[in-house]
Amino acid sequence: MTYAILQRLAQMLFVMFGISLLVFLIFFGTPGVDPAARIAGRNASPEVLEAVRHSFGFDQPFYVQYLTMMKKIFVTGDLTSFVNRGWKVVPAVLDTIPVTLSLVFGAAVLWVVFSLIIGVVAAAFRDRWPDKLLMILGLIGISMPVYWLGEVMNLITQSRFHDIWLFAWVPPLGYKEFGKDPEGWFLTLVIPWITLSILYIGLYGRVLRASITEALQEDYIRTARAKGLSETRILLRHALRTSLIAFVTLFGLDFGALVGGSALLTEVVFGLQGVGKLTFDALQNLDLPVIMTTVLYASFFVVLANAVVDVVYILLDPRVRTS
Amino acid sequence: MNTAANISRGPWATALHRLSRDRTALVALAFFVLIVLSCLSAPIYAWWAGVDPFKSTLDAVITIDGVQHPVMELPTTGLALGYTPIGPTWRLGNYFLGADNQGRDVMARLLYGGLNSIVIASAATAFTLIFATAFGLLAGFFGGVIDMVISRILDVLWAFPVYLLAISLSIVLITQGISIGPITIESSSLALPVFIIGVIYIPYVARPVRGQVMALRQSDFVMAAIGLGAPSGRILWKDILPNVSTTLIVFIPIMMALNMLTESALSFLSIGVQPPAASWGTIIQDGQTLLYTRPAVALAPGIMIVISVLSLNVFGDGLRDALDPRSKIKLGRG
Repeated sequence: MTYAILQRLAQMLFVMFGISLLVFLIFFGTPGVDPAARIAGRNASPEVLEAVRHSFGFDQPFYVQYLTMMKKIFVTGDLTSFVNRGWKVVPAVLDTIPVTLSLVFGAAVLWVVFSLIIGVVAAAFRDRWPDKLLMILGLIGISMPVYWLGEVMNLITQSRFHDIWLFAWVPPLGYKEFGKDPEGWFLTLVIPWITLSILYIGLYGRVLRASITEALQEDYIRTARAKGLSETRILLRHALRTSLIAFVTLFGLDFGALVGGSALLTEVVFGLQGVGKLTFDALQNLDLPVIMTTVLYASFFVVLANAVVDVVYILLDPRVRTS
Repeated sequence: MNTAANISRGPWATALHRLSRDRTALVALAFFVLIVLSCLSAPIYAWWAGVDPFKSTLDAVITIDGVQHPVMELPTTGLALGYTPIGPTWRLGNYFLGADNQGRDVMARLLYGGLNSIVIASAATAFTLIFATAFGLLAGFFGGVIDMVISRILDVLWAFPVYLLAISLSIVLITQGISIGPITIESSSLALPVFIIGVIYIPYVARPVRGQVMALRQSDFVMAAIGLGAPSGRILWKDILPNVSTTLIVFIPIMMALNMLTESALSFLSIGVQPPAASWGTIIQDGQTLLYTRPAVALAPGIMIVISVLSLNVFGDGLRDALDPRSKIKLGRG
């Protein structure tokens, strides 16, 4: 077991190295472009260009440049923006993390609860109309672009139907800190939570229904039926439990990916200053140091989250544990 | 035991027969074909309506029921600052869905934009499938060092969050374009979003293909071919590729749907299709500032995306059931 965990951690480190190398190559090694000009931003003066070249060591060999980049982002954290002169990038990125976590955490609660209900109900009514209806609704949820759904939500709750009782409580767009204003925090996030979770409710509901239906074909279910257990008990205690393994693995991956930047579109539409919105704003200003930092921090987080999921899996699975 | 039907039909014919009896899948396919055809007619529509969807026409005037309306209306309420584009007229050929911020016909842009969205999604799907198949075949068949190198590269691409990888690639490529040796690609070229979307999804297809090839490598008929001394290229082409082709076909509509969503998201973030060209994502972005005054600009392309992606997903479900009834093929996420 220890060997399996160590192997997984070694793979994690390798993937992290690979990603940092890829980011380095994309930003500094793309043929036919001057990286200094890109980092300095639009209409940079020759002095700024010279400062960028010196600061990132572009006159030195490639491996020195790579190490300089990694040191600036992870060790000293003194990477500065050249578009907003002197702005420290790493603390700015760290400041946005609570916003993204608030958004993703709430959405995750919603999607786990509702997809469990949908998956179980659809499997219980499989091939009858409640099943078909739920699966079509799920498919519609998967097929909607999340940023567009967010705009439709804004149109309904902020403009067209804001004055009716149902949406009168919706506060203007923005983020309120949990520590200062818990109620405001909750109210501003309700609509973004719903928007972000709809895709995952559809996806997980469908995945769960499929794996429960598959589990119901297994021999141990026939045994359970032969023992005279009730259908509800078979569904919830036997079929659902096996299906949760795939569900939990998927959940770990998607939660990591969302915190690591996939919530970007939702943050942009609802004006939440999270990691994704920071990246988006940097994209509009062509502020490359910010993008390098968010990309590296976010993808390292995703890789770490995936590794944690796998290690937990190793710890939980008796077949791996005993070998 | 063999009935006539069982003897006469090969696996492909059986699948086609199953698909032809799946009415839901066929309706979905018909919807998508209809959307493709209407988008293909974009130039005809623009010519018939007499509009140029790529040029701002702030001073245009249209006539409805004998009354003249300027395309950019002066506001009648509030501070009366700035112009509001005309809303939907619901008259085909006459600013059916209204105008955008630059006085351009949204209906014409919607059709042209759909054309770009579909072309990019199809090209990116082809790109992903070709490279993913090549990587999956090589890694799964030869194993050893080749497998290790390819698998590690796929691991890195897989772990890289999709939108962050796309943003990194596009900020470097789209801001200035790229020139490698004699090849120069303009920053406004559609080839860039195709390349970006095509690359990021390679692991989603390559991993399952690799797994299947590894299993086939151990099967009796491949072992026999190897034992007979058949060259590797021939085995890959004649024995293994036909056996993974089902998986690849099942992937086509699903990848199309995923790519359309990704393309629209990247264009919405202004790192996909570049103006003045349109795609459904860029039109939604154009409509963002008009959301509360002229919601049709942002709503219409979104509805088109939902219908297209939904019909591709429904058709994809039917196709999988027809080709792979015991659903042995496990698709990646998405």
